[in-house]
Amino acid sequence: MGANRDNYLEGARTAIPVGVAVAVFGASFGVLARAAGISGPLAVFMSATTFAGSAQFAALAVLAHGGGLVTALVAVALLNARYVPIGASVAGALHPHPLRRLFEAQLVIDESWAIGTRGGTPRRRVLLGAGAVIYVAFVGGTIAGVVGGGMIGDPARLGLDAAFPALFLALLWPQLDSGMARLAALLGAAISLALVPFTPAGVPIVAAAVACAIGLRR
Amino acid sequence: MTTGTLLVIGAAVVTVLLKAAGPLVLGSHPLPEAARRVLRLLAPALLAALVVTQTFGGDRHLVIDARAAGVAAAVVCILLRAPLLGTVIVAAVVTAALRASGL
Repeated sequence: MGANRDNYLEGARTAIPVGVAVAVFGASFGVLARAAGISGPLAVFMSATTFAGSAQFAALAVLAHGGGLVTALVAVALLNARYVPIGASVAGALHPHPLRRLFEAQLVIDESWAIGTRGGTPRRRVLLGAGAVIYVAFVGGTIAGVVGGGMIGDPARLGLDAAFPALFLALLWPQLDSGMARLAALLGAAISLALVPFTPAGVPIVAAAVACAIGLRR
Repeated sequence: MTTGTLLVIGAAVVTVLLKAAGPLVLGSHPLPEAARRVLRLLAPALLAALVVTQTFGGDRHLVIDARAAGVAAAVVCILLRAPLLGTVIVAAVVTAALRASGL
């Protein structure tokens, strides 16, 4: 296996274990979307177009707690802001045509980026092969969740309001890999808890973004 | 259009533009190191805020209820490296069970 070769199949193969996890993630989105009042087809459409799980869950969470459309969208923008530097880091490797770049950039997500940039230099085909597998897994998982979730019954009585924070915690955990990340998480949590009594739902989450300013210090 | 539909369309537009921004606009000009550090910290800060507000948030006040027990169970699952879906299900089941028992 040459670590310097660039082909779609290598990316796709490497992404399969990640794809299984992503499919499960998509399935939980399909189930929980219903709890937040998003219809099944709309949930699948969201996975197919937004294709960014944590931001999708955050949007549902803000909306479900009466946080309003604009606050939910600001939360989406902040959670996905990391794609600016991630996209910039692979810009040179993507297809030169602007329209193709636009489409290829949609497959550059956390997991495919990690697979496609192993070894330092971004490899376009590995990246896109991995991205395609993860995309199919996520959208397919959402469909399965929507279909399966329909059989579960009333989501409100099933403790699904605790499923959201549990999921966010599981997403947060692997990101706490540095002192700075842990400090940002702690500050973000403190800021949002302090604001809950004084602001409408959703605002405490968006305000927690201020915590990332500690990145300005060395 | 319902709020849900507007949210789904808005989220898609916002995300497509953010993903395309790097490759289309910034192309050959890498972001300054300080900006990258700040952006990297956004996700942990926001996810942590989501965890605590969804666990302890009531209507304009903080509460400790069955959700906290569910999330505590999720912590155990994560420490035991349980799969994501299992972790989420355990949190929901613990919460639902506590509620059913009248807590």
